Amino acid sequence: MDKSWNNKAWFMVLPMLLLVAFSAVIPLMTVVNYSVQDTFGNNQFFWAGTAWFSDVLSSSRFHDALLRNLAFSGIILLIEVPLGIFIALNMPRRGIGVPFCLVFMSLPLLIPWNVVGTIWQVFGRVDIGLLGYTLNGLGVDYNYVNDPFDAWVTVLVMDVWHWTSLVVLLCYAGLVSIPDAYYQAAKIDGASRFSVFRYIQLPKMNRVLLIAVLLRFMDSFMIYTEPFVVTGGGPGNATTFLSIDLVKTAIGQFDLGPAAAMSLIYFLIILLLSWVFYTVMITNDAKG
Amino acid sequence: MARIDLDHIRHAYLPNPSRDEDYALREVHHSWEDGGAYALLGPSGCGKTTLLNIISGLLTPSEGRILFDGRDVTGLQPEERNIAQVFQFPVVYDTMTVADNLAFPLRNRGMAEADVKARVAEVLEMIDLGAIAHRKARGLTADLKQKISLGRGLVRADVNAILFDEPLTVIDPHMKWQLRSQLKLLHRRFGHTMVYVTHDQTEALTFADKVVVMYGGEIVQIGTPQELFERPSHTFVGYFIGSPGMNVLPVALDGARARLGAQSIALPGAAGATEGKRTELGIRPEFIQLGTAGMPVSIRAVEDIGRHKIVRAVIEGHELAIVLAEDSSVPADPHVTFDPAGINIYADDWRVKLGG
Repeated sequence: MDKSWNNKAWFMVLPMLLLVAFSAVIPLMTVVNYSVQDTFGNNQFFWAGTAWFSDVLSSSRFHDALLRNLAFSGIILLIEVPLGIFIALNMPRRGIGVPFCLVFMSLPLLIPWNVVGTIWQVFGRVDIGLLGYTLNGLGVDYNYVNDPFDAWVTVLVMDVWHWTSLVVLLCYAGLVSIPDAYYQAAKIDGASRFSVFRYIQLPKMNRVLLIAVLLRFMDSFMIYTEPFVVTGGGPGNATTFLSIDLVKTAIGQFDLGPAAAMSLIYFLIILLLSWVFYTVMITNDAKG
Repeated sequence: MARIDLDHIRHAYLPNPSRDEDYALREVHHSWEDGGAYALLGPSGCGKTTLLNIISGLLTPSEGRILFDGRDVTGLQPEERNIAQVFQFPVVYDTMTVADNLAFPLRNRGMAEADVKARVAEVLEMIDLGAIAHRKARGLTADLKQKISLGRGLVRADVNAILFDEPLTVIDPHMKWQLRSQLKLLHRRFGHTMVYVTHDQTEALTFADKVVVMYGGEIVQIGTPQELFERPSHTFVGYFIGSPGMNVLPVALDGARARLGAQSIALPGAAGATEGKRTELGIRPEFIQLGTAGMPVSIRAVEDIGRHKIVRAVIEGHELAIVLAEDSSVPADPHVTFDPAGINIYADDWRVKLGG
């Protein structure tokens, strides 16, 4: 049977193409444009080739920020994913507690980033903050302004507070989709609590966990507002993540070329790591 | 293997049941004999699954006791009751292989690995899944998954009973037949007490020695397939079993005769006390002769269903289904006679004995 090909159908894609062009491709191209040029001001630009890229890639400032970012994402994933699963497992599956828990869990997600930052900035202050003041009153030497370790702990706890709910809600959605018959069959089969988790709940949460890990990784790797509001990247450069460094370079120092090159490298790293995560988890999924 | 006694079991899903209607199970007092093959038959929502879950221990009844071989197990958890149950929709452990799925209940009970292997191999052969024993259960078809579920139900040799909750719903018709025969074979071979819930009368009648018919949270009749067919003890059983179901006609009783409009029908005997009750005559379409003698009827339609014809007629303003042999034809002036052996009389839906 012969199919007649009608290429006019491609016009259907045109509106979408235009939309993507204006929302993503063209803005991205301006960054590409800056990344290969240099300027001495006065709106005069010179061709710089790949100089900015090699500069950024060989700068220890970039390496440090990248390492900090990887450490940050790694730690929050290690905390938020198990904690999220644990909380989701302990949430009620029916009854009056369900809406209460869901609303309670959603609250942190509803607060704008900079407000979260401000909350923790104030909360952790040693002079007026409930947390900082109490800790010091109890004899714990806590001060996120001076101590890099304390600054890290504050930023990490803040992120856990803000985003664990997302993992919880996604896992919970996976859990409630498990039919009762599975739990009943497990009882009949004499399965232990751990077996129920390992062979029923975890496999059913697999897909939503993949999404949760991807979202949390991308988000935490791009984190900007919250640490910026709390620590401003300090003390020193202790909490200067890639995005904070990028803004410093672009707007603080007005080094548009290096900043543009850095943006592109940053973007490619996120893309690459997300792809790796996704591929690894999908492959595991297929293997079962 | 055990005899299971249900001692005045009642169950309500509501916290404070007051009226009879609040109960999903109104009252069940019944014994399942050791080694019996029972079918629990009834329409959706009649309490079949509730009763099954009470036996397996997934539900604790609001009232009453359950005894296994005389031992009270009402408060025991399912795993302590040593019961196998197969559910309506396949339950498989996706990440395990088919063989591991079957081994799971055994391993959970700490059986030695060599015995597990032997038993699993045996069950794999029974349900004919040997070829895919080492494949992951994920991604198999619903039929195969349900076969795995069945296999997990059969894998423990020492269970007190095996309960099936409409296990063949998702299975292809031809495979249904095979699996049902196989279950029956397994029952003969190992003699487990089996309770098989279904709303499909063919399934119930072919699987079981004894069929338990439930309706509205109560057991309305327990009997062999033949008893259910010939002597339904409740009009519901008459409707529900047989195709088409029993004809139920409102009649007035007068000694050993029943009056239906202008017609008078001879009964095999006089009914007992039925004063003040709604009386009905039940007769199966198979026990009605269509000919030129007897009571006049008008014919509405004739359905030819292959083996025989079903004649839809009207007698004294009431609908009547008649089974007619495939090669017979409908007479021009149709009359019917009722075979006295097929007549049952009901008072308020319950069958009354006919004396004499």
